Amino acid sequence: MSTAVRTINFTLNGTPVTADVKAHHNVVEMLQTQFALTGARESCGQGLCGCCTVLVDGRAVSGCLYLAVFLDRADVVTVESLAASGRLDPVQEAFIECGAFQCGYCTPGFILMAKALLEQTNDPDDEQIRDYLAGNLCRCAAYPEIVNAVKLAARKNKAGSTGSS
Amino acid sequence: MANSNPSAAQAGHQVGRSLPRLEAREKVTGRAEYTHLMQLPGMLHAKIFRSTVAHGRIKSVDTSEARKSPGVYGVYTGDDIRKVIPDPYYGPAFHDQPILAIDKVHFVGEPVAVVLATDPHIADQAVQQIVADYEELPAVFDEVEAAANKVLVHDELKPAGTFADLKHLKGRKGTNIALDFRLRRGDVDKAFISAAQVFEHTFRTQKVLHMALEPYASIADYRDDGVTVHSGAQGPSFVRTEIARLLGWPENRVRVKVPYLGGGYGGKLYIKMEALAVALSMLARRPVKVALTMEEQFYTITKHPSTFRIKSGLDKDGKIVARKCEVWWNGGAYADVGPRVTQKSGFTASGPYDIDNVSIDSYALYTNLTPAGALRGFGIPQLVWAYESHTDMIARALNRDPLEFRKQNLLREGRPQATGTILKDAAIEKVLDRIAERLNWKQQFDHGQGVVRRGRGLAIALKAVISPTTSVAIVNIAGDGSTTLYCGTVDMGQGSDTAMAQMVGEVLDMPAESVRVVPRDTDVTPYDMGTLGSRSLFHMGHAVRLAAEEARDKIAALRRELGEPAGSNAPLGDLFRKKYGMQAGNIVGTGIYKPDYIPPDGSGLTTNATPFWMVAGSGVELEVDTETGLVRITRLINVADVGKPINPKIVETQLSGASLMQLGFSMFEKMHLDGGQITNASLADYKIPGINDVPPVMQNETVDTTQENGPFGAKGVGELATFGVSPAIANAIDDAIGVRLTELPLTAEAVLRALRAKDNKPLGEE
Repeated sequence: MSTAVRTINFTLNGTPVTADVKAHHNVVEMLQTQFALTGARESCGQGLCGCCTVLVDGRAVSGCLYLAVFLDRADVVTVESLAASGRLDPVQEAFIECGAFQCGYCTPGFILMAKALLEQTNDPDDEQIRDYLAGNLCRCAAYPEIVNAVKLAARKNKAGSTGSS
Repeated sequence: MANSNPSAAQAGHQVGRSLPRLEAREKVTGRAEYTHLMQLPGMLHAKIFRSTVAHGRIKSVDTSEARKSPGVYGVYTGDDIRKVIPDPYYGPAFHDQPILAIDKVHFVGEPVAVVLATDPHIADQAVQQIVADYEELPAVFDEVEAAANKVLVHDELKPAGTFADLKHLKGRKGTNIALDFRLRRGDVDKAFISAAQVFEHTFRTQKVLHMALEPYASIADYRDDGVTVHSGAQGPSFVRTEIARLLGWPENRVRVKVPYLGGGYGGKLYIKMEALAVALSMLARRPVKVALTMEEQFYTITKHPSTFRIKSGLDKDGKIVARKCEVWWNGGAYADVGPRVTQKSGFTASGPYDIDNVSIDSYALYTNLTPAGALRGFGIPQLVWAYESHTDMIARALNRDPLEFRKQNLLREGRPQATGTILKDAAIEKVLDRIAERLNWKQQFDHGQGVVRRGRGLAIALKAVISPTTSVAIVNIAGDGSTTLYCGTVDMGQGSDTAMAQMVGEVLDMPAESVRVVPRDTDVTPYDMGTLGSRSLFHMGHAVRLAAEEARDKIAALRRELGEPAGSNAPLGDLFRKKYGMQAGNIVGTGIYKPDYIPPDGSGLTTNATPFWMVAGSGVELEVDTETGLVRITRLINVADVGKPINPKIVETQLSGASLMQLGFSMFEKMHLDGGQITNASLADYKIPGINDVPPVMQNETVDTTQENGPFGAKGVGELATFGVSPAIANAIDDAIGVRLTELPLTAEAVLRALRAKDNKPLGEE
């Protein structure tokens, strides 16, 4: 285990930041210990459950496997950025209105993935939603409600962009 | 946030609203608090060195290299624990589990030593440098073998004082049987002799685990005058009692704080990592966090594997006249709550049928495996798996319609259940009828042709909610009229905070959203037996209702005292200002609820086994690929009797989620064991249901009923939709391809093997 510390610079939820990290630190650990952000959290530790999802340069990655040193000069977005202004994102609103979670532990990961999906496809069908979210697990199994929430978020986005909300 | 039910958001009519969860905003913003994510100043991280053998005498544990690692704060074994806690054994039913292994190890993965360090990576690496030497002992893994007592897991049984009816087991030697529950009703032997036909089958269930996505975590901060424990625990009051007992302290020096839980499902009940965290904090005199990895959950607590031999005798008209049930529960190395699973599920092991002659023997067994406890059903899903498969097998053998055969034998309102307790408010037939209606049971079903065959099946279940248990709640109205609820029910996703707030709102005529529910903290929230067994909505619901009613009565008294005219609805804040001259004072209402209960006699009989019956069932349609054995569930219907739902939307999601969890236990989840070693202890090798495992059509609904003695006509929900799923699937597989699987999970391989065996073309062994 190397004890060498490297300083990295990156953008975290729109703000330029620096962090001192060791080679074995993953993104989740760095976010929790150095920035007190717990929205991305480790569960399986194998990149299989999606609880640790963060967006790096617009791409969803597993924060439990992604090493912090690789964030140097990257643009990092976590779930905490979505309601930074105090106003919930349409995806978050949709998750609440559809009851798309129970214990809530996996929820930030699902929300970030849904957000990434809706940026690629503004009106996904059920199959596209399931394909895209297949790498996220919810032990409470709120899957039917999650699919509904993504569809509702798409409608909300559409209404928002046409100014009719 | 848009309110999904704005018309009901006005004061009053809070019960029955599909209000989104009160903590929803915290959860979608990633801000909700979970123990696994918490950090305390000066905190040390604990990493556990675990046994590699299933049963052995500890010859030595060499921690010298680990101690030398830079950054290691300390390394501790069972001997060190005994220096601070002389009798370091814990457990809800038996005080049999050591905080760290002492003298012997009893299962692979048992905690043997711990490293503490400020950096978890350093602790992790130091654990790798610990070396233990064991004298291996013979081990027993199978529950039926364990009952023969040839290999003994424990030298002596150590029942806890918690349950009076276990006291006679104290000091018993030479047995692996932690509890045997026995029920005798009528004369079963005589009835079998006179029966026209007798059917006997044996069913088994596999070892599976809760696998909450937030793994077990506890943080203890020990001071000489008190200890604070932050824990992902389903029963804060029990943790407090147990830690106080271990320390020899009064309860008020132990504070247990429980934030939200990232899933519980029964795994986080009673006491898990808390005792270890407290002992380590005592030794280190610093806060200590014990936070497990996903892999370590496989070595903490699981569901009970089981073997159930069930025998039924029928008269010439197809009426079941006798049923004999023998159930062996594989409790693993420590009893946890296994004896309660054994006894309480034993009450209903003969199923939701009206049978005059019943004999039930239910055995809790020690084996050299990870301990087993409660998992969403307290044993009921294992029993239903057997008795509802058995029911279908009889119906098929008799060439009877499985629905009609059930209806002929159903236990009906006003009739005595196996324990002798009269069935009341248990809509068994209504639920069954609704499932059949949803499946269009009366209509011809297309079984398909060629490679893919189709089938359908159903199952119905009955549970007696665990009794007797106590809940206490406090409602506190502040000087401005705002209201706070103190209740120890742990919200682990079931929406209890929301439902409790709705009940307060209903009584006090205020919107549920305006009620603050204090997170569980034993310094402020009063006693509750535990968030388990679908008991909270009923028991805590009553306590909350009573507390709110007392507050309401005090408000009325204050209005009178202040000379308010009758019917006045002056705001509460005005009353306080009038009374105290400023915004000051409180009105406090308390509620305590404990239902009546009569313990079973020596024959397992009682006229009051439970305060309420739980009823649910499932219906399934599926396709089987006869070339691969792959089963595709095309439709899953879950119907339950929940009385009057407090929050219909949350009820629906609870039913849906529970059934999907059980779908995993039915179709693919299994801890693979090889000589006591778990060979698939990771999420990579142990699959849980994902979004693509959801059947294309799912229907979750409740029947229109009222639980007369329930708060606002309601009763518990959480476990219900787990009950019927497994047998409904197996029954549908049989309907599709004419093969019967009697062991879970129902994998493609198991289906194909059975199909090939039926066609006299058996597949070779693995």
